[in-house]
Amino acid sequence: MSQQPLIEMKGISKSFAGNKVLNEVDFEVLAGEVHALLGENGAGKSTLMKILTGIYERDEGEVFVKGEPVHFQHAKDSEEKGIAVIHQELNVIPYLTVMENMFLGREIKYGKTGFLNTKKMVEKTKDYLGQLGVEIDPMATAKELSVGQQQMVEIAKALSLDAELIVMDEPTAALTDREIDRLFKVIKNLRDQGVGIIYISHRMEEIFEICDRISVLRDGDYIGTEHVETVEYDEIIRMLVGRQLGTLFPERNTEVGQVKMKVEGLSSDVFNNISFELKEGEILGVAGLMGAGRSEIMQALFGYRDIDEGKIYIDGKEIKIKKPVDAINAGIGFVTEDRKEEGLVLTMSVRENFTLTNLKDVSNQSIVSNEKEGKFVNDMIDRFNVKASSMEQEVKSLSGGNQQKVVIGKWLGINPKILILDEPTRGVDVGAKKEIYQIMNELTEQGVSIIMISSELPEVLGMSDRILVIHEGQIGSELSREEADQENIMFAATGGE
Amino acid sequence: MKDKSIGYILQRLGPLLGLLVIVIALTIMSPQFISIDNLLTVLRQVTIIALLAFGMTFVILTGGIDLSVGSTLALAGALTAGFMASGMDPILAVLLGVLAGAIMGAFNGVIIAKGKVAPFIATLATMTIFRGLTLVYTDGRPVTGFTDSEAFDLIGRGYLFGIPIPVIIMFVIFFILLFILKKTVFGRHVYALGGNEEASILSGIKVNRVKIWVYLLTGALSALAGIILTSRLGSASPNAGFTYELDAIAAVVLGGTSLSGGRGWIFGTLVGALIIGVLNNGLNLLGVSSNYQQIVKGGVILLAVLLDRQKSS
Repeated sequence: MSQQPLIEMKGISKSFAGNKVLNEVDFEVLAGEVHALLGENGAGKSTLMKILTGIYERDEGEVFVKGEPVHFQHAKDSEEKGIAVIHQELNVIPYLTVMENMFLGREIKYGKTGFLNTKKMVEKTKDYLGQLGVEIDPMATAKELSVGQQQMVEIAKALSLDAELIVMDEPTAALTDREIDRLFKVIKNLRDQGVGIIYISHRMEEIFEICDRISVLRDGDYIGTEHVETVEYDEIIRMLVGRQLGTLFPERNTEVGQVKMKVEGLSSDVFNNISFELKEGEILGVAGLMGAGRSEIMQALFGYRDIDEGKIYIDGKEIKIKKPVDAINAGIGFVTEDRKEEGLVLTMSVRENFTLTNLKDVSNQSIVSNEKEGKFVNDMIDRFNVKASSMEQEVKSLSGGNQQKVVIGKWLGINPKILILDEPTRGVDVGAKKEIYQIMNELTEQGVSIIMISSELPEVLGMSDRILVIHEGQIGSELSREEADQENIMFAATGGE
Repeated sequence: MKDKSIGYILQRLGPLLGLLVIVIALTIMSPQFISIDNLLTVLRQVTIIALLAFGMTFVILTGGIDLSVGSTLALAGALTAGFMASGMDPILAVLLGVLAGAIMGAFNGVIIAKGKVAPFIATLATMTIFRGLTLVYTDGRPVTGFTDSEAFDLIGRGYLFGIPIPVIIMFVIFFILLFILKKTVFGRHVYALGGNEEASILSGIKVNRVKIWVYLLTGALSALAGIILTSRLGSASPNAGFTYELDAIAAVVLGGTSLSGGRGWIFGTLVGALIIGVLNNGLNLLGVSSNYQQIVKGGVILLAVLLDRQKSS
């Protein structure tokens, strides 16, 4: 007799406006199991989770919690049955304390009075955080905490709600390696206590490290469930993409040319004496720990952050970059780390986002030409293989990978000489990742120089011609493609000499 | 356009349907409401609020707000009247009046864009300053004694082919602004800025410049409204346009433009202004006292926004 599943979903189907996004999907999680839910963006993972937690209603199928059929109408219903979700975008309120966040909406009071029993809430907060083995001051303001700590607060909150199943959506996306280690300890601990965990991530190494079983969705279909111990990496990839992906990274055989950009002694409050060269057609990888100052250096290069001193030369001529406009005029494009906050205008369509940087070029005088704009956008959609119903679709409703293609595409409109990519494949599925690498390769073949910040070492190693490792605001090491490996990058990133 | 859902279309048509319902209701209650004469009167009365609300639409699309439009209207109206009373050519006086409004608006824009002051606070302050300047300039009395210019009278009281000239001005400006928002680089940048300022800056959009122009435009339109009002009344009152900013904001919101910026359209604002105008006129025809009228107007605004919520959720 097998163990009764904590939750069981059977034959779940769901359509939006006649478009079937889930097709008879089966999914189960056992108590004390970490179960990875895998699928490319748009495969139906989020929809399945929204059905599980009562945000969407299913069209067909059944859901059981501990063998009992349930039909959640609201997120509240699933919460009552012990299902908690830790979203990718955390839900803490920045100006409240850890304790206030923990007990938000269910504050402990003195009897029926409206007076808060702060003492008791602080104690309980300490207890729950203690269970996770983390030390966070209950009276600290949430915004003082790192992302990893905020996540711990949310997990503690889930525990305080007696959660028996926790859904974690890309929990490591914004964590440092050390925080990931701690999170994994917490997850293992929870598992040992009999909590079921649904783990959604694109990072395959993590899944092999932490998960017991995996289930794969593809284009709304349930592909299968496997034990991590017995499945091969290639097999998972085949399940995910339905074909052999081949190698993820395209072969780099671009001829690297003359020096395109030279940076000399760039300094500010968060980085110091940054000097490097970037050659034509080169991909310069920038590695380092989170918070080392990688993004800040690039923001300064792009005129989005003030510098105290330093010089920037392009084609041997010194240029002054005070504002993003100056950088753009110098032929620099910048794909920022946070595509929703800094890359896209979510209220606008795919078309309008593609032409944010070059609207003047698709206009006659100051009047936008429908014809020129449409042609440019259609070219981009084809070139990047953007999956959108039309160019009028709201960019908000695209999958992460397709959104990222739009953000990169919008910079091609300025015919950039230098393209800075900050975590270009974060939160992007494997298929789209490969396409993005392909595009990077094509661009460099056309002579574009690329600076790529990445926290994924395989990506840095697979794509870069040269690698700068940043440590505490300084260049810790410069490695050629041949000499770089995971060990010496991490060595330099953590301050090894 | 094929992927616009039915819900989206309903949401867009919502204000128009609301207007239609009100018009039908008023016609049933008071048949004289639907006469051509009365409808033209409604349109003429709507002109002032519509012009303020058109500018306000741009401002709100960028995620801002402009509380100073009523005061700008008064100061520009008084200045224009004063210029003419001192013997200036009416056309020059009108141009200078509009210029004055543009300068007041640009002042708002610079404070907001360069001084990084929240639009609500900045324009709350200039609302008081401009009103104060009006009182100082007029010495607290209406400016009169300029009514001998026929050309000037036409602006507020004239007719062309049987249509009031202010109404023609309103529609001409409406179509120009519609074109600007839909078709020009500037219009697109207004939407982008309101949708995501950070992403706009990083895409190389000169957001400060866009902001200053948006407030400048609103100032100029407010001044034009002030001039039309002055012409119609034959005098410029220092209290003109008092609380009009609220009607203008109401018109924008009734039209379905989001107060958080980035989403909205100027056609909706025109409809919103018409709803306010039709209500004012209809309630007058029905003999409802002005005290009750305020309650009805407020109620309609609440209802409209609540219905809008229902649809979008």
